[in-house]
Amino acid sequence: MSLLLATISIGLVFAVLALGVFLSFRVYRIPDITADGSFPLGAAIAARLLKDGADPITATLAGMAGGAIAGMVTGFVHVRFKVNPILAGILTMTALYSVNLRVMGSSNLPITSGTLFTPFERAAERVFGEEFLLAGREVASADLGLFVASGLMTAVAAVLLVLFLKTELGAAMRATGDNERMLRALGTSTDRMIVLGLAISNALIALSGALFAQMQAFADAQMGIGVIVLGLASVILGQTLVGPVRSIPLAVIGAVMGAVLFRLLVAIAIRMGLDANDLKLVTAVVVLVAIVGPDWIKDFGRRRLRRGRRFASAAGGADAAA
Amino acid sequence: MLRLESVRKTFNPGTANEVRALAGVNLTLEPGSFTVVIGTNGSGKSTLQGAICGAFELDQGRVFVDGIDVTGWREHRRAHLVGRVFQDPFAGTAPDLTVAENLALASKRGGTRTLAPLLRGARRAEWRGLLARIGLGLEDRLDDPIGLLSGGQRQSITLLMATLTNPKVLLLDEHTAALDPRSAELVIGLTVQLVEQSSSTTLMVTHSMRQAATLGDRLVAMHRGRVYLDVSGPEKRRLTEPELLALFSQMRRDDRFDEAACELVRTQYR
Repeated sequence: MSLLLATISIGLVFAVLALGVFLSFRVYRIPDITADGSFPLGAAIAARLLKDGADPITATLAGMAGGAIAGMVTGFVHVRFKVNPILAGILTMTALYSVNLRVMGSSNLPITSGTLFTPFERAAERVFGEEFLLAGREVASADLGLFVASGLMTAVAAVLLVLFLKTELGAAMRATGDNERMLRALGTSTDRMIVLGLAISNALIALSGALFAQMQAFADAQMGIGVIVLGLASVILGQTLVGPVRSIPLAVIGAVMGAVLFRLLVAIAIRMGLDANDLKLVTAVVVLVAIVGPDWIKDFGRRRLRRGRRFASAAGGADAAA
Repeated sequence: MLRLESVRKTFNPGTANEVRALAGVNLTLEPGSFTVVIGTNGSGKSTLQGAICGAFELDQGRVFVDGIDVTGWREHRRAHLVGRVFQDPFAGTAPDLTVAENLALASKRGGTRTLAPLLRGARRAEWRGLLARIGLGLEDRLDDPIGLLSGGQRQSITLLMATLTNPKVLLLDEHTAALDPRSAELVIGLTVQLVEQSSSTTLMVTHSMRQAATLGDRLVAMHRGRVYLDVSGPEKRRLTEPELLALFSQMRRDDRFDEAACELVRTQYR
């Protein structure tokens, strides 16, 4: 039970990552690989500041700010120098690897002080004691606190994102992803929208990184590898869950659910004997299948149908001849 | 008012694909006038619109809108002065946004996009009225994603969006060319209606000689990046469709003659 709670808590933290990827991938249609650098950047900044004695809120917000700057760099390189957005992301991601090492001062930085989650864990322990029974099983109260805290933070982030996308600015961003030319004709700099959008996207991704680092009590230079694919997996899985909706709240809820579900699936797979080293390979394959699968199945169905019809018409022709 | 002074633009200069799209165009359009532009392919009529809306930097010349020199302004900065409808009926609206959201973005043409909710204080009643007048039953579809609508419906809404804030200049770039005949008829009807009501200086590019003959109070024919013919007033009113067709084939013959001459020169002097 404790394991389930912990898994869902991690899923909820990754849901914040999914929100960021949702913004870049679904709204702007850019699979922004800056994520692989901004996720550990958020973690590194938070861990470093916590080590230097900052309070968890400041450390987390600073991590977010770092992510926002990273996103702006990618956006700026893309719109100012007309560099392909994916290449712009690759450049930023690569540069961030060094930045992250600088920030941390080593490739791994443990967090020993209290984190954003500590007050929630303590509160849960005060109310329920060390452990309590849930559905007949013993649960560490700290895990419940962790679960509540991550749920709250993710909910706040998701609600803010939905509200934002309904503002003039947010709608202008959606229109940028939808039809850049139209928005320029209506007097808005799409360049500015892209830079700002990638800043917000990467701020969310860095927030996710900062939270994840605090949850597992360390930041690591390698923790960013495959983050974008993980985010894409969550977003695509979420889209499969809620269907191809145009409603923003539903799509955002889908992304959150996708992240949690994906985490649960991973936990189950590992439980069933999947080697953790194979995880990234499996994730990449899952994303590929999720992207091309539906079209392929539709195509396959159509081919079958056509073949069937040809057969039927041939039979019909034979009938007529007879 | 709209004024272009010796505007020149060459695309891909110094390459095999060099195109002299505008070769010194001078044009002054009176406030509130309705000018129709015709021309063969590559005559520079679309480039003319591009020069006005700021789609590219000019090689030479100046553009004035309402007395303001906008030559150095980028596209989005000019947008509060210039409303546009494109040839592609899907280019003027954002498909995933609802009809109301599209109209709301257009109602703040050129304004700063703030953190205020987009649809707060939306003038829904007014929009419903406008949509009802199109007569396509769009008034009840304010909250539908605009991507669900047909090309004709979307082009009609784009036209509304372009005129919503009454910009100084309205540019229509073959905006019925990609529509089926019935939708095209409808959109032209709406165009006439909206242009009459608005005070915008309108510049409409068209391939339809019928539209060129019947619409507008001035006709400009572009040829090889220059103004070839410019008639207005009673003279324009007398112009008929067959006359325009004759003019058009004359321009096309010129084009072909030039090509033939080039070929001749090339083979002679190789």
